Amino acid sequence: MISIKDVEHVALLARLSLTEDEKQVYGKQLSDILENVRKLQDLNTEGVPPTAHVLDLQNVFREDRLGEHMPVDQVLANAPDRQDNFFKVPKIM
Amino acid sequence: MAQYEAVIGLEVHVELKTDTKIFCHSSTEFGADPNHHVCPVCLGLPGVLPVVNKKVVEYAIKAGLALNCRIAAFSKFDRKNYYYPDLPKNYQISQYDLPIAEHGCLEINVHGVDKRIGITRLHMEEDAGKLVHHGTISSTPFSLVDYNRTGVPLIEIVSEPDMRSADEAVAYLEKLKAIIQYTGVSDCKMQEGSLRCDANISVRPAGQAELGTKAEIKNMNSFKALHKAVSYEIQRQIKLLESGGKVVQETRTWDEARGETLSMRSKEEAHDYRYLPDPDLAPLVIDRAWVEAIKAGLPELPDARRQRLVTAYGLPEYDAMVLTSSRELADYYEECVQIYNNPKLVSNWVMGELARMMNAGGQDIQEVRISPAQLAKLLQLLAEGTISGRIARTVLEEMFNTGKDAGKVIEEQGLVQISDTGLIEKVVDEVIATNPKSVEDYRSGKEKAIGFLVGQVMKSTKGKANPGLVNELLKEKLNK
Ligand SMILES: [Zn+2]
Repeated sequence: MISIKDVEHVALLARLSLTEDEKQVYGKQLSDILENVRKLQDLNTEGVPPTAHVLDLQNVFREDRLGEHMPVDQVLANAPDRQDNFFKVPKIM
Repeated sequence: MAQYEAVIGLEVHVELKTDTKIFCHSSTEFGADPNHHVCPVCLGLPGVLPVVNKKVVEYAIKAGLALNCRIAAFSKFDRKNYYYPDLPKNYQISQYDLPIAEHGCLEINVHGVDKRIGITRLHMEEDAGKLVHHGTISSTPFSLVDYNRTGVPLIEIVSEPDMRSADEAVAYLEKLKAIIQYTGVSDCKMQEGSLRCDANISVRPAGQAELGTKAEIKNMNSFKALHKAVSYEIQRQIKLLESGGKVVQETRTWDEARGETLSMRSKEEAHDYRYLPDPDLAPLVIDRAWVEAIKAGLPELPDARRQRLVTAYGLPEYDAMVLTSSRELADYYEECVQIYNNPKLVSNWVMGELARMMNAGGQDIQEVRISPAQLAKLLQLLAEGTISGRIARTVLEEMFNTGKDAGKVIEEQGLVQISDTGLIEKVVDEVIATNPKSVEDYRSGKEKAIGFLVGQVMKSTKGKANPGLVNELLKEKLNK
């Protein structure tokens, strides 16, 4: 069972503002998820090497070759606000 | 009063000199218009797939080898999660538990003492964007964001906490910079931000094995700033402990104008980056043959080159150390010596007059307009006695400013040394006649008085008289 304090910590890291009710609801949901994931611990993994990636891929490289850039108006199309060619956002200190 | 020992470790970020970013084909070129060197991948738009630039991996291995690291056989990329507007994805792709290189070291020499500084690890990561603030940072409520730098390849090099003074920290960074520059994987320009350095500093009573609480110092943009910030922080912590206080583990920023480190009082909770393997990027399995090929392509590194300059040219250790501090400087020196084989004279002038002019103008050797061949010619004229040392300095200055050949400057300004005995004798006679006091002083045993008389002869010949001849003639006449 994860504590309300854990929920508050995770919410802060995710920049989410939660009501007291939401903290209860999400706390319960997170605990259920963790419990489900915990079941994996019961599997016998002896002789199974650690996995870094789910696909059997390695060394996928690209060459150091220049491609096209996005037009700046397209770049800024989804910006919350812009000033000249900059994204404009609230200052975070 | 208890004696304290400082313990310092450095984290250095180096921008790699590739054409494109680490995970996309956008340009890494410095100084473009804001948000012009971006694409969906480095903007972190949904559905994109980052693919690692092979050259980045090659350069990271190259730097790792040059720093005596062990190159990993298996390495991967991880996501480092944090929210900040300079990071469009809300995570930075970095490397966590399986960095590309580990367990390296480099040698420093401080006040004549050799010391080995350990390198814990070297890993690859992407740079973040740049926040711009109009007016002062405290007066504006907005940040303007430029994502051109987002995704530019970096290597982060973490040292062991092996340094004990600001001098050692600076020596380490200088050596690290030289080694990386020699390999050619980065320009390491601190003023452009392609070399950045943070310091972890703690102090402890001498003899205590346990480490003190450390503070992390950021925002040191030059070697000078690093030295000042580390010295300041060591003293701050000692004073704090002496007065019964406690060092708090925190991030502090170096304030150049105030000459202090200031607490950043970050509201962020203790670092909780929740690293996870990046599922978009396949792991790296590093082929030994590839590593060996990269190793074979490494150039001669600073320590080896320093040794060679000592043995091949008979230079003093000190000269060799200064000349090999950058690859370009060492190249310049050796090219000059190839043309005019007078190693110590060339060294004196490169480290002396030329370095002085470069420092005064804030120039690197690459920006100097005098070619090695031109300098060689000037020094040849000096050694042959065509010009005096004093004139050579004047000529060098003119060459430095105009890029003209020594011969041309000498001809234009009529600076050829006067070695005509008759001409010099005439001036010597005049000087003896007009300075009876000094003549008398000399004759009554004050041998130093001759210096003044030589000076007078040089003055009236505008420095062009052959000083050896002047001395000889003066003595001859005064001793009569
Ligand atoms: Zn891009």
